[in-house]
Amino acid sequence: MSNIISYEESKQGFSWDLAKELMNWKEDEVLHIGAMCSDRVCSAGKGEKTALVWAGFGDRKCSYTFDDLRVYSNGFAKLLGDLGISPGDRVCIFMDKIPSLYFSFLGVLKFGAIAQPLFSAFGDESLEVRLGNAGTTAVLTTQKHAKKIRKIRDRLPALKHVVVVEGAESKLKDGEVLFDVESAPRVESFTAFRAESETPSVLHYTSGTTGQPKGALHVHGSVFGQALTTSWVLDLNDDDVYWCTADPGWVTGTSYGIIGPWVLGTTQCVLDAGFTANRWYQFVQDNRITVWYSAPTAIRSLMRAAGEPTRQFDLSSLRHLASVGEPLNAEAVVWSEKALGLPFHDTFWQTETGAIMIANYPGMKIKPGSMGKPFPGIRATVLDLESHEPVGDSGKVGLIAFSPGWPSMFRRYWNKPDIYRSKFVGAPTDAEPDQLRTNPDLWYVSGDRASIDQDGYYWFVGRDDDVINTGGHLVGPFEIESALIEHEAVAEAAVVGKPDAVNMEVVKAFVMLNSGFEKSDQLELDIMNFIRKKLSPLAMPQEIEFSEKLPKTRSGKILRRYLRALEWGEEVGDLSTLEDD
Amino acid sequence: MEDAVLEYIRSEYLDEDDEDDVELDINTPLISSGIVDSFSMVSLKRFLEKQHSISLPDEEASAEAFDTVASIVVLVKRHQGNA
Repeated sequence: MSNIISYEESKQGFSWDLAKELMNWKEDEVLHIGAMCSDRVCSAGKGEKTALVWAGFGDRKCSYTFDDLRVYSNGFAKLLGDLGISPGDRVCIFMDKIPSLYFSFLGVLKFGAIAQPLFSAFGDESLEVRLGNAGTTAVLTTQKHAKKIRKIRDRLPALKHVVVVEGAESKLKDGEVLFDVESAPRVESFTAFRAESETPSVLHYTSGTTGQPKGALHVHGSVFGQALTTSWVLDLNDDDVYWCTADPGWVTGTSYGIIGPWVLGTTQCVLDAGFTANRWYQFVQDNRITVWYSAPTAIRSLMRAAGEPTRQFDLSSLRHLASVGEPLNAEAVVWSEKALGLPFHDTFWQTETGAIMIANYPGMKIKPGSMGKPFPGIRATVLDLESHEPVGDSGKVGLIAFSPGWPSMFRRYWNKPDIYRSKFVGAPTDAEPDQLRTNPDLWYVSGDRASIDQDGYYWFVGRDDDVINTGGHLVGPFEIESALIEHEAVAEAAVVGKPDAVNMEVVKAFVMLNSGFEKSDQLELDIMNFIRKKLSPLAMPQEIEFSEKLPKTRSGKILRRYLRALEWGEEVGDLSTLEDD
Repeated sequence: MEDAVLEYIRSEYLDEDDEDDVELDINTPLISSGIVDSFSMVSLKRFLEKQHSISLPDEEASAEAFDTVASIVVLVKRHQGNA
């Protein structure tokens, strides 16, 4: 029987206190994610239980107990104190999915600083924007990635410390320190910062249509949302072996790749190696993984790979599969049921929500292609595109919206109160973030469109803005356009998402060249690699179309929606504002 | 052909600092080692198509086919034969 038992019954008399019951939580305990994922699990007698099974490129693999998690996270917490960092400071974790990422995440929280994980494939410009906005005090990184920090360090006055957690002393540059937690003296005891429910914990950056990325700030009290959704949606139990394929540079990798499973004392596996279908299936087989949380892009890539996985590999340990990041198409659900013997359960949420909001639950009928139903305790709706009034289950397309107040909701955008306010329909212009996030009369608007069918299932339609969802990652067109015009050949640029069979969308750039430059395959390749290195591989245009002129409004604003509509074969809509030829 | 592909990967995917740490030869895993990620495969594919005047169908440009320079060369030669 699944943890949720019955979706419909779970909605009756729901209270978030059920999370406390699940965790056997006492009100006089210290509410602290770092300690709850390690010290508290050890105190419950699971210190010798395996917490992390890690495998990397080649034959590299190792495993760690919850006691190891406790000691190594203590080591990072002590280090931050020794460096003179203060609670509340932002400490960036910028590394691949190596064990120290997981130890340092908990250590930063134990110390009372705010963990700011960033995707290790980010280029120096993407890093600079995010570290600059957050006023980040310290970066924990590896020798491999430290060079990106070196390029921008002079322009980040708040950045006082760069700690290299994996590498050689001889390769350090001025102002960097080496700290290998596994060879440093063991720190058996560290008193975690006395956090409260509203103490900031994690700062995740997410992209928007306009302007630079925004830092969504979360708090330690989010843990109750993450714990209960982990139990009810992912169905984790004490004897499970769990694999979340997400990178902790993104919110899934922290909420469900660290916090959710570990506060419940579950063993989890991490594969820090690139994607190949055989390597992934081998990893499931080798570790007898039981619950697998992955992304539609990966699932569709598995679909494309030749072969019959259950003939080639022993995947009989799997008992529950779930997916997140972008809509899971019906074909993928049907394929997994046939090829793996189990359906993937789609889930929907975002950086700002901090935890799963809409899902397909164990035991509930799956309608392939549907997002599922709102989590018990979450009041969700679809708002009319014009009036912003709920449309109910009319089948009409509108904006997915949630009534504020769930535990893991983001508390603000770092240094951007106006943008935070703009996410709430009906918000008074002078409302403070705390008034918004606790007001059940408002609607928090997710930025995605969907409809609700007569059975209460949600069906994803698309974004309500120009943000591109590529492989489950949101990419802001403005950030890419800004970087494109830094290329010597580019005069103007417009960026949109174009349909893609595997990644749902990929980045396409329309580029107008400066005089003296001619379009060519070589130039296209140069521009692609320019963006890949400057921003990230996700932001790299997969296609560049050279144009003599870009469509603009009479006021000179590039009409992205026109270009996007052409890519998607949609109606281009009202063009009355289009600049005359 | 191997040398040209190796040189492109060195110049575009490895930084100067990396070259001390990564021994790159025709059998070095590229995708499964993380040297080239799945999104970046597109620029490598575009390079191969441009250099060899071929078109590689998306369904054949899999992570497995791009995982080593050796397997890339096999793929390219097959399409050169078809050209």
